Amino acid sequence: MATVYVDNKPYEMNPEENLLHGCLSHGLNLPYFCWHPALGSVGACRQCAVKLFKDEHDSEGKLVMSCMTPAIQGTRISIADAEASVFRAGVIEGLMLNHPHDCPVCDEGGECHLQDMTVMTGHDSRRYEFDKRTFRNQNLGPLVNHEANRCIQCYRCVRYYRDYAGGKDLNAFASRNTVFFGRNEDGVLENEFSGNLVEICPTGVFTDKTLKHHYARKWDLQFAPSVCVHCAMGCNVDAGERYGTLRRIVNRYNHEVNGYFLCDRGRFGYEFVNSERRLQKPLLNGKPLSVAAARDYLEERAAGRRVIGIGSPRASLEANFALRTFVGPDRFYSGMADGQAKLADRMIEILRRGPMRTPTLREIEESDAVFILGEDLTSVAPRMALSLRQSVRQQPMEIARRANVPMWMDHGVRDALQDSKGPLYIATPYATRLDEVATATFRGAPDDLARLGFAVAHALDPQAPSAQDFPLAAEIANALKSAKKPLVISGMSCASEAVMEAAANVAMAARAALSLTAPECNTVGAALIGGSPLTAAFEAVRDGRADTVIILENDLYRRAPAYEVDAFLGAAKHVIALDHLTTPTTEKAELQLPAGTFAESDGTFISSEGRAQRFFQVFAPQQEVLASWRWLKPDHWRNLDDVLASLSRALPELAPASSAAPSAAFRIAGAKIPRSPHRESGRTAALVNITISEPKTPEDPDSALSFSMEGTPDKPPAALIPFFWSPGWNSIQATSTYQKEPGGPLRNGDAGVRMFEPAARNGQSWFSAIPPAFEPREGEWLLLPMYHFHGSEELSQAARGLRELAVKPQVFVNSTDLAEGTEVELRCASGTFRLPVRLRPDLPRGVACLSAGIAPLGGVTMPAWGKIESPK
Amino acid sequence: MTNSTLKPLTGNIRPDGSVLDLPAYEQAGGYQAIRKVLRGGMTPKTVIAEVKNANLRGRGGAGFSTGMKWSFVPAGKDTPNPTYLVINADEMEPGTFKDRFLLERNPHQLLEGAILAGFAIEADIAYIFLRGEYTLAAERLSRAIAEAYESHYLGKDILGSGYSLELHLHLSAGRYICGDETGLLNALEGKRANPRAKPPFPVVVGLFGKPTVVNNVETISCVPHIINNGAEWFHGLSRTKDGGTKLYGVSGKVKRPGLWELPMGTTAREVLEEHAGGMRDGLKFRGLLPGGSSTPFIVEEHLDTPMDFTEMPKVGSRLGTGTMIVLDDHTCPVGMAWNMTKFFARESCGFCTPCWSGLGWAERILRSMEDGQGKPGDLDKLASQAKMWSPGNTFCALAPGAADPLETAMKYFHPDFERHIAEHRCPWR
Repeated sequence: MATVYVDNKPYEMNPEENLLHGCLSHGLNLPYFCWHPALGSVGACRQCAVKLFKDEHDSEGKLVMSCMTPAIQGTRISIADAEASVFRAGVIEGLMLNHPHDCPVCDEGGECHLQDMTVMTGHDSRRYEFDKRTFRNQNLGPLVNHEANRCIQCYRCVRYYRDYAGGKDLNAFASRNTVFFGRNEDGVLENEFSGNLVEICPTGVFTDKTLKHHYARKWDLQFAPSVCVHCAMGCNVDAGERYGTLRRIVNRYNHEVNGYFLCDRGRFGYEFVNSERRLQKPLLNGKPLSVAAARDYLEERAAGRRVIGIGSPRASLEANFALRTFVGPDRFYSGMADGQAKLADRMIEILRRGPMRTPTLREIEESDAVFILGEDLTSVAPRMALSLRQSVRQQPMEIARRANVPMWMDHGVRDALQDSKGPLYIATPYATRLDEVATATFRGAPDDLARLGFAVAHALDPQAPSAQDFPLAAEIANALKSAKKPLVISGMSCASEAVMEAAANVAMAARAALSLTAPECNTVGAALIGGSPLTAAFEAVRDGRADTVIILENDLYRRAPAYEVDAFLGAAKHVIALDHLTTPTTEKAELQLPAGTFAESDGTFISSEGRAQRFFQVFAPQQEVLASWRWLKPDHWRNLDDVLASLSRALPELAPASSAAPSAAFRIAGAKIPRSPHRESGRTAALVNITISEPKTPEDPDSALSFSMEGTPDKPPAALIPFFWSPGWNSIQATSTYQKEPGGPLRNGDAGVRMFEPAARNGQSWFSAIPPAFEPREGEWLLLPMYHFHGSEELSQAARGLRELAVKPQVFVNSTDLAEGTEVELRCASGTFRLPVRLRPDLPRGVACLSAGIAPLGGVTMPAWGKIESPK
Repeated sequence: MTNSTLKPLTGNIRPDGSVLDLPAYEQAGGYQAIRKVLRGGMTPKTVIAEVKNANLRGRGGAGFSTGMKWSFVPAGKDTPNPTYLVINADEMEPGTFKDRFLLERNPHQLLEGAILAGFAIEADIAYIFLRGEYTLAAERLSRAIAEAYESHYLGKDILGSGYSLELHLHLSAGRYICGDETGLLNALEGKRANPRAKPPFPVVVGLFGKPTVVNNVETISCVPHIINNGAEWFHGLSRTKDGGTKLYGVSGKVKRPGLWELPMGTTAREVLEEHAGGMRDGLKFRGLLPGGSSTPFIVEEHLDTPMDFTEMPKVGSRLGTGTMIVLDDHTCPVGMAWNMTKFFARESCGFCTPCWSGLGWAERILRSMEDGQGKPGDLDKLASQAKMWSPGNTFCALAPGAADPLETAMKYFHPDFERHIAEHRCPWR
């Protein structure tokens, strides 16, 4: 550490960082705009000026930009210096010349970094007397709103969107005081991470358009810390509600997981909570009934010995465990299709056994050579794709280091690196978005991907079995071998155990980290709870061993072919479904129970990293909507801690998941943690048009959070941060005040508990079931899933904004016989479908892909062979 | 070289405005310097030493020692390659037309200098970044480059020496900021011409991330003469410590506006009165910008200052490009300040706040003063803005260059500014 004197007081600062970073680490209020912990320094806004002195005798000093000056030992600066203060206020004055001062009608108002910084500098009166420059705003699609007049030209948006996220359709146009940040024409932002612009923009140029439909100020929202439900990455989010509607998702910083950024599915998928498809009240044969009556009916049906329960990989550990307890472990089924269950089990076996470590997203970002086997990450595990866009810079960083460019000097680093990229190899059945930053790509059917993987492992370690050599194998092996932090990524997406096993062999041979993706937010948790897969449940009913089925948060029509599900539900005497949304499955249920979404319940998910993380109820739901585990409530559990205690006893292996967050009894100096930001006045008058007596705030028996703005003023532990706020820091930039240093770990440790930490020295045994090379069949196609970032995931299909962008079901082929866009008939074991055909020359011969998870293709079992013909 | 001992840069230039083509240039002793270097066993180090000893200072306006700059290029086997030489021919400083003269009339002199500079820094590729509007220069340079390639002065294995240099001409899309050393590099890479942060300096991280030297046209044109005649001789051309001759220019309402090659350190008075013939009849001298619009005004009392990089700062100004703009008493100084500020405001790249925001504001204030809308307090606003543009406060030198003439105009012609406000009009209109 270096000692830096700020206004004559010594502070320990990281000499590898700049002075702004150092000052913020110590909680010193120094305003800034263009700098961002994840984006580094460029020196554009000139807002963070301080006075730099040569030594203790220098009283003159000179102004420098703290973000552009290294925090080296003995540096002496002043923030309070009069000239520096006047200059900083002058910069704000300059930024305000053209700013519209429309705070009262601006969505950013109350959480605007520009507001905060303006107040911080003390600039408060206007001297500019001329007209302002105006822009034409653009329609950027359903997710991000554009109001260009508010722009202060800090360049953060384009630096994030282009340099960080790899987007191409947002740019800075023109010059001087008319630089326009937008697209070359109106249109939907193409990048999958466009929503982060909302938080990157220090003012109201880019705001959340979904929030606009049901706007509320930050200070009027009630938040809870939560975990994203739209894939298995486990990104941390804060969700905000007002008047019973979920209004928005914002990023909840987790140094090890999502850092500062979310994908658009994660940020905007929340609207399913407000969907018109929500189950609002219990229904028995389509008729509403009371909660008590519904519960009685449920108990009655379960009393018979012939009940089975079907869990779900998108329901929490607690919900699954509650059903398991309710029906009994031997009558509990995991809710996964057989193929998926097998893959999930294999995934857990690999992660548990090691010796490869499953990396956190931060570690993935720091990897310097990566081999992806079988995964379309941008669609399946989007946040990981964003991390990989940073990881390809790791090796080239050496160029900047050799040129003595500090790592935080963003443009200097980029000038030095230019387009150099470190090794990233992608082997997938079809071309993926990440290919554009890949060193080389390989296309093949899953069996051939596995064979490539085995060959790479063999090239790394001759002991590892292989059946075939590939020209690319030695290159990949070399890249992994010569890397400091090699990484192998695979997962369940191409539905092949052999692919995952091959990846495990490569990781073992390369002593690399291994990251396996899973399809749903709690696939790993559901697999750990166990239970037989779906076919076994179907058999139980078919064989007459069961006649009553309780289905938990699971649309079986997405798991199995429709005719099988029809037969199953038809044969069961009583079908009881708990879910958030009306689905084809709930529609067939005799009793439908409205289950709380992540926003209306508490629970734990285990991410594909193996990280158990808690999500908390954002708001007390309407009377009839209950957390699934509350509907079932076996053993008369009183609160979430009871469920977790019971879970830890029944499944000791899952016991660590209980400590994913502090218990309901947790207090800071005797006080709960407020879900709502503190405000000066008015909150208690919110419902005064209905009743003048102050309504009682709902109790929360399940967590240490209160449904109120009252509670501790102190910063809560990471798992319990409902929103980021500090005095003077109303925007999301307040995150820095929760961290040990900007961009670093949270002060009290980051949220979540890792379930898999295999010993580094576990004996390795090679997987050796190498599949034969893929043989295309005459007149038939091997059907594989193609994942769509917009459309394939179940819950976000019900989100209003995202629905507009969702892909329609299609079949993708590499064929000269079929014409683009024409309708074809697809026949396979799962059914016959009429679909438009898309020609994809990237697909291997004999392989066709189907839009994954999009009705009517949701339940198609893949891989499978099928015929594709033009309808007669 | 003949006819060039006192005016090495322009001595051979034809008065009829035609170009010195390859035979004519060779006839006048051209391309002897590269023979001396490439066949005479000079090493890159000795060339750099010679230029350093000559105290050749950058003629783009900053006056940095050329030999010193060259010596910062990392040498040795482990250095990144290629190394680039970039010649800044993006002459867009208002009032400045010196490089144009050299480019249009004697392009081979520049090419020979480029080959020598390239050899000295062991460059593999050279670019001439030419102002887009200089169409005649583009035409003549293209032809000269083709001639040089044909005669093996450029390309592989120049004159059998083993040294190779590829040289390309690039025409700027046309912004003042492209003339900034690092803005130029971004422009050449096809990016927004925002200047870059220094460090890293271009000699370490330059064009396409590789070591790069950026030199001005006049600077490079001096090099063949230094090699031919030696550092001592080059020193002897100058009246001061800064070596060589200098192209001095005069524009404004003088009798004979023009451009002259004179000993470095010639006084402003000599240039103005002897060479430009003094003010036109009936006009009085009020002040001048000595080296383009981004240098501070000097007035009567400063006219005997030697115009070089060392002396001009002593009177609060800079040599800049050495091409002066003269203000007379029939021209409104506020109007002149407005005109220049308008230029700088228009040419701001839009990167740093004090520049893009403040210049636009200052331009509006000056315009309103000219329109008779000036208000008490305007001068304070202008002064506070100019202070915001001090070196170091802004990202590059554009805004400090705008502050210099504005601040000195307000200092030397203060009553004129006051009159605009008090009389609600421009007294010259």
